[in-house]
Amino acid sequence: MEVNNLKVHFNIKSDNAWPWEKGQALKAVDGVNLTIYAGETLGVVGESGCGKSTLARALLRLVPITEGNVVWLGQDLTDLDKRQMRSKRQELQMIFQDPLASLDPRMTVGDIIAEPLRTFRPELSKDAVKAEVRAIMDRVGLLPNVINRYPHEFSGGQCQRIGIARALILKPKLVVCDEPVSALDVSIQAQVVNLLKELQAEMGLSLVFIAHDLSVVKHISDRVLVMYLGNAVELASKRALYENPQHPYTKALLSAVPVPDPRVERGKKIQLLTGDLPSPISPPTGCVFRTRCPHANEGCAQQKPILQVLSKEHQAACSRLAEIG
Amino acid sequence: MNLSNTKNLVEVNNLRVKFRTPDGFVTAVNDLNFTLAQGETLGIVGESGSGKSQTAFALMGLLAGNGVIEGEARFNEQNILTLNEKAMNRIRSKEIAMIFQDPMTSLNPYMKVGKQLMEVLMLHKGMSKAEAFEASVKMLDAVKMPEARKRMNMYPHEFSGGMRQRVMIAMALLCQPKLLIADEPTTALDVTVQAQILTLLNELKNDFNTSIIMITHDLGVVAGLCDKVLVMYAGQTMEYGTAEDVFYRPTHPYTQGLLKAIPRLDAEDEKLSTIPGNPPNLLHMPSGCPFQARCEFAKERCGDSMPALKEFAPGQLRACHKSVDGWVA
Repeated sequence: MEVNNLKVHFNIKSDNAWPWEKGQALKAVDGVNLTIYAGETLGVVGESGCGKSTLARALLRLVPITEGNVVWLGQDLTDLDKRQMRSKRQELQMIFQDPLASLDPRMTVGDIIAEPLRTFRPELSKDAVKAEVRAIMDRVGLLPNVINRYPHEFSGGQCQRIGIARALILKPKLVVCDEPVSALDVSIQAQVVNLLKELQAEMGLSLVFIAHDLSVVKHISDRVLVMYLGNAVELASKRALYENPQHPYTKALLSAVPVPDPRVERGKKIQLLTGDLPSPISPPTGCVFRTRCPHANEGCAQQKPILQVLSKEHQAACSRLAEIG
Repeated sequence: MNLSNTKNLVEVNNLRVKFRTPDGFVTAVNDLNFTLAQGETLGIVGESGSGKSQTAFALMGLLAGNGVIEGEARFNEQNILTLNEKAMNRIRSKEIAMIFQDPMTSLNPYMKVGKQLMEVLMLHKGMSKAEAFEASVKMLDAVKMPEARKRMNMYPHEFSGGMRQRVMIAMALLCQPKLLIADEPTTALDVTVQAQILTLLNELKNDFNTSIIMITHDLGVVAGLCDKVLVMYAGQTMEYGTAEDVFYRPTHPYTQGLLKAIPRLDAEDEKLSTIPGNPPNLLHMPSGCPFQARCEFAKERCGDSMPALKEFAPGQLRACHKSVDGWVA
């Protein structure tokens, strides 16, 4: 999948605005370029409000795209009408953040998992559907005797397994996971991460894994995209990003992650960011990070930096990389 | 003259919290024991449903109506669990203060932040409005709130999450409490904001010599802040010791599993080790050790009786039938 200059702007209008007043544009995603290769996992990290979830939805055209395009296997998804897009959804699936809220409480587990099959492959007989459902349930670690139960009877980790089964039953090529483990406890989180990794290797999936937890992303991803206020600030292979972060924001982000090791944690130097995230309605001119960047100068306000290729597997968007070092 | 440095500020003995439910009693916290000296920080770690938050609510006298407390919690030699509401109100904020998890829902959205802060001082310290205003501004400055004076006249919704949590911390520290209970103070925040808040708490600890009980599920947060760590699972204490001991020499299978299950920034490994299964339902607790069903070392004996929490090395306690290097006969 290729993403070119993707922009998603939401038009916000206050309730008491006059009808002729124009609303303001909230720039949730503001010009992102990236490529997702077959079989790889792309991690997307960033803090709340950086546009990572909107990006995820835009990849599957679940939000209206303002500008740019999303090319899936040579086909521009933004050109497709509703029906054509629908047929593409077999190949593109999503796993959501809140495991319980994303399952219909009035459907049994079996029905939930079978629904994509019934929609996209109506020719299958009842027995065939049932066999497929059982196979995928077995694969994600759900016991076959829970097939007639309802979502509320399950714990968060199991609900997430149901969500995974539903996403994978059509054997998609790309799965977008929007914070799939952030609602889970550590011990359960590890189970789900391992499961996703195994399934990916088995089925040759491409995964887009969105999370705010840098440690989890490090664990599962091949490449990582760091976002800040709707912009991609750094895109690199996992190793390059974690061992040799270039962008000041990535550096600050990495230093802020607490490490479960008292000596390391107390000895390390945290690069604290001052201030708060600016509003995406009126982002700073030039580099969006400049208001909080320790290295910013006047030049940063002039021009918006784009991702520069530093090496084969490393890109960062900062105009002063050479000076900062 | 002042002996408070040598004796314990907080002593919790056999604290038990139960809830009356239509399906019978649910024990959320079971025989909890710990002590805390002035200036010390205790981390209580556990997953959801392990009883860590209920411990905090019990200490503050904030349990839900169907909660029942047994045991005692001594604060400055006084059992605070038996105090009536009036006496407890005198202790709250002045002696013990609490920071809640969600900074949005724990501030009053209809009141200006300044008024909420001043209220505390006027009520507990009998300050005049003007005095309270100045003291509040000072405290907001202390928690590094930019433009503190201007912010006094703003409503909570005008603040970002990190700023709101600063207001909560400022509010908790207004009366200079001896003990601060922080219930997941950074869980709702982003990592860079979390780093700001944790740095702040560390400074406050050093400046005011406040004792802190830090309740969290994030072992990384504990590693940076806490002197002692208490690991809870399904209401039971699994392991209790200094941070160094628990992180570098964990002896309980649950603690070991938990530490291994965390994906880490500073280590390279391909597969996360997991703890299989799910935490038990508190309504239908298995007999014996609550962790047995997920424990790789579990033997018959673990289903028969809950292991007692025993000191096996100075200052390090654990509740497990398996001895540190093998099985107890």
